[in-house]
Amino acid sequence: MEKPILEVDNLRIRYGGASVEAVRGVSFTLGRERLGIVGESGSGKSTVGRALLRLLPGATITADKLRFGDLDLLTLSEREMLKVRGRRMSMILQDPKFSLNPIRRVGDQVAETYLRHFKCSKAEARDKALAMLEAVKIRDPKRVYEQYPHEISGGMGQRVMIAMMLLADPDLVIADEPTSALDVTVRLQVLNILDGLVRDRGIGLIMISHDLNLVRNFCDRVLIMYAGRVVETLAAQDLDRAEHPYTRGLLAAQPRIGGGRAPLAVLDRQPEWLEEKA
Amino acid sequence: MSVSVETRDVSITFGAGPAAVRVLPSVSFSVSPGECFGLVGESGSGKSTVLRCISMLTDIWTGDILLDGKSVRDMPLIERCRTLQMVFQDPYGSLHPRQSVRTVLNEPLVIHKLGDREERMRKAITDVGLPVSFLDRFPHQLSGGQRQRVAIARALILEPSLLLLDEPTSALDVSVQAEILNLLQRLREERGFTYIMVTHDLAVVDHMCDRFAVMLHGEITEVLPREAIPANGATHPYARELIGASLDYERAH
Repeated sequence: MEKPILEVDNLRIRYGGASVEAVRGVSFTLGRERLGIVGESGSGKSTVGRALLRLLPGATITADKLRFGDLDLLTLSEREMLKVRGRRMSMILQDPKFSLNPIRRVGDQVAETYLRHFKCSKAEARDKALAMLEAVKIRDPKRVYEQYPHEISGGMGQRVMIAMMLLADPDLVIADEPTSALDVTVRLQVLNILDGLVRDRGIGLIMISHDLNLVRNFCDRVLIMYAGRVVETLAAQDLDRAEHPYTRGLLAAQPRIGGGRAPLAVLDRQPEWLEEKA
Repeated sequence: MSVSVETRDVSITFGAGPAAVRVLPSVSFSVSPGECFGLVGESGSGKSTVLRCISMLTDIWTGDILLDGKSVRDMPLIERCRTLQMVFQDPYGSLHPRQSVRTVLNEPLVIHKLGDREERMRKAITDVGLPVSFLDRFPHQLSGGQRQRVAIARALILEPSLLLLDEPTSALDVSVQAEILNLLQRLREERGFTYIMVTHDLAVVDHMCDRFAVMLHGEITEVLPREAIPANGATHPYARELIGASLDYERAH
């Protein structure tokens, strides 16, 4: 078997001052595949994503194993981490309105990734950024390069974000709710662009989302999280055959086009879902 | 207890002079009593603005909005508030953080000089499926779904006949969304409310609404019955695109 990109074993995260752990013993490995992490708000899915990039100041992270390629993410110094973030592992955030710097030109922000991680001239970085903007299907990259974030639409902003995060050709991209802030009509376009690039370049993808439809269509494997624990791991196409009552409850709670008008199934939360598997 | 709504050529312009933007060029639609009417469209298409016009939260519009044939403009504030109420999108932002549920529900009763306050508050809170003890809680002691229930209770306490729902579930998880949609559906069956519901999720429209309008740049491109969704029976290109995208999103495998 191919060497996995990421190995996580028994990951536990506790926020400073919190009495309970936000993430309780999450384990998974990731190869060159697309992994979805689904769960409700507060289930710890984003916390896992952030912990991988060590973006949780003040939180205590422990794990039996947290390996990224040949690196041990638990022992890396902050200095070494800077070489990992954005270069080998990057993160696409939810809302481009808040995650792009409002007072810098869009293109310069994309080019910064390249300037920071590779020895090159500004002109080279600019060319790389333009090519990348084209790769995310922005029609007039030269014009968009010079624009400010408020001048572009949400869908365009998210494509810029994708360009920025893929420019350094990372091994792993973590997408945290990449399309929840977008309209349905542009959501699919953005997802297809991300999907195409990730596949072409053989990048590992972790897609964090609360949307079961989305992970079903754009992931190979899905982890379902509840209260800081992984309750079930499934191949995306087997989602309908989920066994855990929580997963089934989530699927049934979703209204569907063409579905009946009967009251939607409501989750009947069981206390034993909280317990750790023996 | 239901009311018909008719909007005729409602138009609104923000700003003045060369910077003026016509947000709604001319919106006309009618909703029959007891109907659930959906407003869908992309962000910035004016869906929420229509609700704000109907509720007079924004009152600089021109045209006519009639509730049971009576213009909302001519209604005194007290009467208007007893006819229509609004539920907002984000339950984290629409409840006062330092007011208990009791204070929130009591205020409209005081303003409208209604008696049996304790009784009414108990009824409103049980109607939305929360225990009476929740009256003494503060918003930070409630989950998102519970907060939205309180927001619905606040809207119900004056016994309106028209509820304006501005994306009532888009800030909530699917599991919680199901609870709120079931609640809204049940209340409509029991009380015969008229709903106007803004949403961007066509699956929710299909589940809740009888008819819906597709908006684009402030204009209603098309009013469609619910049945038009599964087979994409829209004729306007944008409405087709929107329904098509939602269908693809749901069905793509």
